Amino acid sequence: MPDQSKWKAGLRAIGIPVLATIVGLLVGILCILIAGKDPVLAAKAFYRAVAGEPRMFGNVLVSTIPLIFTGLAVAFAYRAGLFNIGVEGQYLMAQIATVVVGVWWTPPQGFEWLHPIFALGAGAVAGAIWGGIVGLLKAWKGVHEVINSIMMNWIALFLADWLLKAYLRPDNSRAASYDLQQTAWLSQGLIEGSRLHTGIWIALGTAVVVWIILFKTPLGYEIRAVGHSPGAAEYGGISVARALIITMAISGAIAGMAGSVQTMGLNHRFNETTALLGYGFDGIAVALVGRLHPVGVVLAALLFGALQASSGLMQAMAGVPKAVVSIVQAAVIFFVAAEGLWSFLQRRRAKKEVTPA
Amino acid sequence: MGLRSHPLPITMLLKLEGITKRFGSLVANDHIDLEIRQGEIHALLGENGAGKSTLMNILYGLYTPDEGRIFWKGKEVKIRNPRHAIDLGIGMVHQHFMLIPVFTVAENITLGKEVTRNRFLDMNEARKRVEELSQRFGLEVNPDDRIESISVGQQQRVEILKALYRGAELLILDEPTAVLTPQEVEELGKIMKRLVAQGHTIIIITHKLKEVLHLADRVTVIRRGKKIATLDAAGQTEAELARLMVGRDVILTVDKEPAKPGKVVLEVKNLHAKNDRGVEAVRDVSFTVRAGEIVGIAGVDGNGQSELIACLTGLRKPTSGTVTVNGQDVTGQSPRRIRDAGVGHIPEDRQKRGLVLNFTVAENAALGDHRAFARRGWLSYQRMVDKAKEIISGFDVRPPRHDYLARSLSGGNQQKVIVGREILRNPDLMIAVQPTRGLDVGAIEFIHRNLVSERDAGRAILLVSLELDEIMNLADRILVMYKGQIVAEVPGHEATEEGLGLLMMGGSASA
Repeated sequence: MPDQSKWKAGLRAIGIPVLATIVGLLVGILCILIAGKDPVLAAKAFYRAVAGEPRMFGNVLVSTIPLIFTGLAVAFAYRAGLFNIGVEGQYLMAQIATVVVGVWWTPPQGFEWLHPIFALGAGAVAGAIWGGIVGLLKAWKGVHEVINSIMMNWIALFLADWLLKAYLRPDNSRAASYDLQQTAWLSQGLIEGSRLHTGIWIALGTAVVVWIILFKTPLGYEIRAVGHSPGAAEYGGISVARALIITMAISGAIAGMAGSVQTMGLNHRFNETTALLGYGFDGIAVALVGRLHPVGVVLAALLFGALQASSGLMQAMAGVPKAVVSIVQAAVIFFVAAEGLWSFLQRRRAKKEVTPA
Repeated sequence: MGLRSHPLPITMLLKLEGITKRFGSLVANDHIDLEIRQGEIHALLGENGAGKSTLMNILYGLYTPDEGRIFWKGKEVKIRNPRHAIDLGIGMVHQHFMLIPVFTVAENITLGKEVTRNRFLDMNEARKRVEELSQRFGLEVNPDDRIESISVGQQQRVEILKALYRGAELLILDEPTAVLTPQEVEELGKIMKRLVAQGHTIIIITHKLKEVLHLADRVTVIRRGKKIATLDAAGQTEAELARLMVGRDVILTVDKEPAKPGKVVLEVKNLHAKNDRGVEAVRDVSFTVRAGEIVGIAGVDGNGQSELIACLTGLRKPTSGTVTVNGQDVTGQSPRRIRDAGVGHIPEDRQKRGLVLNFTVAENAALGDHRAFARRGWLSYQRMVDKAKEIISGFDVRPPRHDYLARSLSGGNQQKVIVGREILRNPDLMIAVQPTRGLDVGAIEFIHRNLVSERDAGRAILLVSLELDEIMNLADRILVMYKGQIVAEVPGHEATEEGLGLLMMGGSASA
């Protein structure tokens, strides 16, 4: 009896995203039918792409890694009531910092293990600065973080492009930076035949750390208090301005680690980027579907990773356009975000049951 | 049930029969019968959570009853939604006004039933009609004022006009005096009498005994979802109504020994401060509060009390002057520094300031001191739970659950959590602002007794309240604030309601 309410709340928290996922997949099947393709074949392709062979699952995890980071970054900021749309810019700046440390710094003999740590740390710091500026402007001048972080994305995009072209590449013929020294690479081959790298452990570790900060430290208490009620936080002696700046800096650091890990584990260089690629928006989706909880974010990242990784094979095997995979993603987000719709329908049903009496 | 129709006497405007409403396992209304006569002022009296608002929301079409029947002018009706209620002639003024701040009075009143000519808004005509209506009922409002620029009392009149504009014959007023000053309450009473004289009928939902005796013709008492009695208001006493409402005898006045003031704990000197609009709201305020005394600040809302308290608690920076606590200068310090200097604060707005509503009671028990609940950098939930249990048992918080969200508690129990938390911090100075606003008799009695025993334990207490009864009951010295200044100091035992009322309006005590 005592924990009934908690159980109910927990079930509801898990139930809605799961239900939304199922409905989203049904919408996907409908789209496949409309496109005149065979949904059974598509399902088979999806299964093969996700669990057909160990290396396939490895590739799903490769897609999952950056999504965990970006999802955590958005969720963390959201806990303080901040909407971090600047994940993309923080991601780019971190990649630049990681490239600088990974290419130009050579660790002393016997201390090669320091190289990935420093490269990752540089990325996290760059992301923290890029995010922290947004927090600072919000706390200091009341500049809205959404507007501000969108502008910071564009600044990051063109700053990174200029840095790449001016300093980070050997000559004009190359559309990428110098390669990272091998000592800065994250080792691949966790699953044979896939490019899965140790970044997965860093991602999962970050999820644990985020959970600890939010729920087990005084800082997390402050962040959540500010997110729920800035007035009460101020009354309680919590500096709202400080909480906003720290939150954005940590959120930026997490977003930055997404970029660094991607560079160190997968690309080993910074590729020329001429447009914002949507890492930030994926992060928002993952955070929403994961209900702003670290565990939920990891599971949502896995779902989105699987959808991304399987789109190629679904196209090849069943002729399902990649766009359909995007539609499924959108449908899942839509139905999770439409929680208000669910409770509205429930209320209507409850009313209907009463009136005929 | 039977199908026979009930012939009703002509004077009966509304009849509720066996109304029952359940929310899950909670029975909010348990077979309530209620009869409202044409042209009366009927008070619905009950503690918070007794089911008054649920009953009225059923009447207004916001809830559908699980059982029971409603007769309007002798005919059975099923009220489907508020629009239907309005069409029948039932109007409701909610406790929290539903007005659009940036619209004018006339725009708000005609919203949803706009005056048009050739499909365009005809604001001239709308203004004229609003003026006509407000003159007919003596509700003085200027149709061109914006809602955000008029007082709360005037906003309430706009709400009443809105209901009348839509043709309400029966007006339901939900806790109409909760936000009003004594003078505005007086004014509202006159307005209600005038409305009744012109054929309207009024139901007021309230938990204030004085109002019932003062305003109502008849009163229905509701306790825990059940109707206890319907009585003529004339000839009743506060004590008798309180007994019916709470279900036991209630002590309405606080017994207290004369104060034994000790050393000065709070000293405010020549304090000046501005309000949010940059206008000087606190002007040259100086006073002291000693250990072992309760100093009350009386005044009409908006005369600088909020800004003064914000300066004392660190939520606002004074423009000049000093604030000293226990000999330590805390002028312009952060809320945390001031708390650490030994100040407890029961804030004016418990939902916006005093609690994080989406935190559990245990998490709220740590608000203001959360760093003290950490052990080697880790937040200790066990300590929060222990503190919450201490508050719950010491201050009778119901339900006694530390794991419930603060949001789910009733207003009275939310306030008990705050009062308990602040008292258990053992502050040298307790600043209590409107500590019993919106609470029922039982909770008020409890909080008043606690404040007095804190005083007797040697704490300095600064009490700010808009309720003159509360100030006169508790305070050993009363400071009257008017237009940002302290215009008078009156010893508690010499104060009278009339005298204070005059001072609060800027008059002099000798008048």
